[in-house]
Amino acid sequence: MSPREKAATLALLALLPAAALAALLLGETFYITLATRIAVLALAAVGLNIALGLGGLVSFGHAAFFGLGGYAAGVLATNAFNAEPLAFGLAGTTSMPAISLVAVLLCGLVALPIGLVSLRTSGVYFIMITLAFAQMIYYFAISWPAYGGEDGLSIYVRNAFPGVETAKPFSFFVLVFALLLAALALFHRLQASRFGAALEASRQNPVRLAALGISPFSIRLVAFVLSAMVTGLAGALFADLNRFVSPSMLSWHMSGELIVLVILGGKGRLAGPLAGAALYVAFEHVLGGLTERWQFFLGLVLLAVVFLARGGLIGLLAGRPRHG
Amino acid sequence: MAEPVLAVDRLEKAFGALKATNGVSLDLRPGEIHALIGPNGAGKSTLINQIAGALAPDAGTIRFLGRDVTALSTAARARLGLARTFQVSSLLPDFSALRNIMLAAQARQGSSLRFLRPVLSDRTLTEPAMAILARVGLTARADVPAAELSHGERRQLEIAVALAMQPKAFLLDEPMAGMGPEGSKTLTAFLDGLRQEAPILLVEHDMDAVFALADRVSVLVYGQVIASGSVAEIRSDPEVRRAYLGDAA
Repeated sequence: MSPREKAATLALLALLPAAALAALLLGETFYITLATRIAVLALAAVGLNIALGLGGLVSFGHAAFFGLGGYAAGVLATNAFNAEPLAFGLAGTTSMPAISLVAVLLCGLVALPIGLVSLRTSGVYFIMITLAFAQMIYYFAISWPAYGGEDGLSIYVRNAFPGVETAKPFSFFVLVFALLLAALALFHRLQASRFGAALEASRQNPVRLAALGISPFSIRLVAFVLSAMVTGLAGALFADLNRFVSPSMLSWHMSGELIVLVILGGKGRLAGPLAGAALYVAFEHVLGGLTERWQFFLGLVLLAVVFLARGGLIGLLAGRPRHG
Repeated sequence: MAEPVLAVDRLEKAFGALKATNGVSLDLRPGEIHALIGPNGAGKSTLINQIAGALAPDAGTIRFLGRDVTALSTAARARLGLARTFQVSSLLPDFSALRNIMLAAQARQGSSLRFLRPVLSDRTLTEPAMAILARVGLTARADVPAAELSHGERRQLEIAVALAMQPKAFLLDEPMAGMGPEGSKTLTAFLDGLRQEAPILLVEHDMDAVFALADRVSVLVYGQVIASGSVAEIRSDPEVRRAYLGDAA
């Protein structure tokens, strides 16, 4: 990473908790929630950035994992609240570490067959197949009355994390931000590792990678599963942030939003998802306050990024990526 | 006669009515350079692609190191020790010259499912890669992205990547393509020494290079091997002269 990118990354990482802290001191709880929203969306996009940014896999179905993570939190909490056991005699839980673990493992397990099927295709077919899988799960959630169906599912009390008062907005922000930092550290290590080298090679030239003796398919499959797991964790946190889960978390709009976050911030760049999420939420908040049609202006920004600044916000701040 | 490293037996491949490979049999023995020549459209690249595993033949078998590899994937054949270069350089454009070679070294060592240790400080990758860069004379360009290398440098990097795989056989698809006379001469001398490491199946249009290097030459015309033999035999074969060499020989 160039010194300029390092500086931009650290600045972005410092800015978000600084903003949350300022909001705490000023008593502006709403802005703490906004900062938390940025952190959660950034975490989801870090997940997608593994597949899309490093591997060049344009998954249009990552809402599936975001939503499954959310439903893992919602369903476990609801069952715990109602003291009803889940299937196979398992009890619900309101423990966030347990919920996170379930969300991550569930997403990994679901991503494996989806990846096995969809990674046999590429380009526009890959986009369509991942979309189709996500929509299947979306319609399943809509027609599942036990957990709210179309109306969604409320989590009455935010789930608990040992040593953290999750009901306090700032404490919850710190928790989410710490998980985002952990995911970013993982992404950074991953990108620099042997696996990361093979994954980036599969994006640049899969024919060359195969000619070296590394099967692009297996590298992509592992990346897809890891990517889903991180996005699933974000989904569980998103549910807890809003204390609400609905099928909209699973819809293709959400998949598109995640792609927008990654492209807006700078795909394949460490801080890209954070930059993208910050910009997106700022737009949503500032322009959304002025007009209901704020997404029109977001579209204009996205056009500008695609035509003028391929590297996204990080590309503007830190120049082109360096691969050592 | 030594057991061939690579043996192609009655290979067939048709695209519609066109028989691009029409019953081709040839082999590659230890320590030799076997040149494959023929006019444009003779099916040389189609043949190389089938041997490398990029294209599935309709019939026939490919044996490598005594093993039937006809049904194996490109990656599996590469892992067995078959290294190919491409007619049009096929590199990792964003990666530096050094990282292109490091990935080949990584592939040879086996595991790419290592997630945490950074490659750039991994001396089991950087040291052999630097040594190979020095061998092909690209040391000064180690940190330059492959996309920014000159055409000649990319051709050299293609060879360097193949070297880093420490293969049991090389498939070189027109390594001289687009190189100036000086570059061709240097590369000819380099390939001359390379046959000691592993035998080379060489597809090449540069007849000076072919005649200087080849232990054996096979001539492919319309998907068929019309002649196979030593350089002297091929140069004097009337049918080859008529079909391909013309006045050049």
